[in-house]
Amino acid sequence: MNSSVIVFPGSNCDRDIAVALEKLQFKNNMVWHKETSLPKSDLIVVPGGFSYGDYLRSGAIAAKSNILNEVIKAANDGCLVLGICNGFQILTETGLLKGVLLRNKNLKFLGKDIHVKAINTDNKFCNKYKKDQILKFNIAHNEGNYFTSSEHLKELEDKNLIPFKYCDENGIINEETNPNGSLNNIAGIFNDKKNILGMMPHPERMVDDIISNNDGVNLFTSLLN
Amino acid sequence: MKFSVKVTLKKDVLDPQGKVVAQTLQNMGMNTLKNIRQGKYFEIEISENNEAKAKEKIDEMCKKLLVNLIIEDFEISKI
Repeated sequence: MNSSVIVFPGSNCDRDIAVALEKLQFKNNMVWHKETSLPKSDLIVVPGGFSYGDYLRSGAIAAKSNILNEVIKAANDGCLVLGICNGFQILTETGLLKGVLLRNKNLKFLGKDIHVKAINTDNKFCNKYKKDQILKFNIAHNEGNYFTSSEHLKELEDKNLIPFKYCDENGIINEETNPNGSLNNIAGIFNDKKNILGMMPHPERMVDDIISNNDGVNLFTSLLN
Repeated sequence: MKFSVKVTLKKDVLDPQGKVVAQTLQNMGMNTLKNIRQGKYFEIEISENNEAKAKEKIDEMCKKLLVNLIIEDFEISKI
């Protein structure tokens, strides 16, 4: 499977995701944001970091870069797209995913391990997880507080477009286990066709027992299924 | 021609920064303070002599980049 990782000035998780993808047998290319065409890609990853120093709004400037025009075209043609952290923020700024990531409710930058529950596993990204499986991921963000209109929120729930929700180690989903104030404890969302996934936690940091755990592996191997 | 653009958060969007600033001012003894909402301000120079056309262009800039219409409102004024 061919993957492309988009690199912006200020990306800082691009190497991590490349290591994870290569370890899990993807043939990966790094693509600089100024490029005007994409190499052959089954999966495009918009990685985490602080593209353009979070100027204006997180992801706003990166969303207008050359390569994003190609990413939007590919996404609309059904290519799999994964936006992690700043990548999620960029995808919402392009309009590929609806909603917006606001400043964390407690105004603090959050860098820690958290738990999420796999709510929807009937999709290309999560089919190797068990439904309601509790996963330990890592978050590192200042703007992860997912907000959208009440109509869209209802649509996300009704159409099962929420793959992950924040919870505690026992799977309890409530206000106390919500680290950043996201609506309905949302940690990630899909578009309608479920070929675009945006998530704040970093699955690429969870692909090796030596440094963390293996909870992120299935997100990538699901795609190889 | 020079314009200002004021960007404010929509009413129903939480503004934790504004809240903290308000709390701090209240702690400093500003007892009559009721509420603060924090926003952004841009000054934009444009090489266009027709005011209506210039405003139209600034409106486009706002909608395409400067403002996220899901959470923000904006107001253009000539300065």
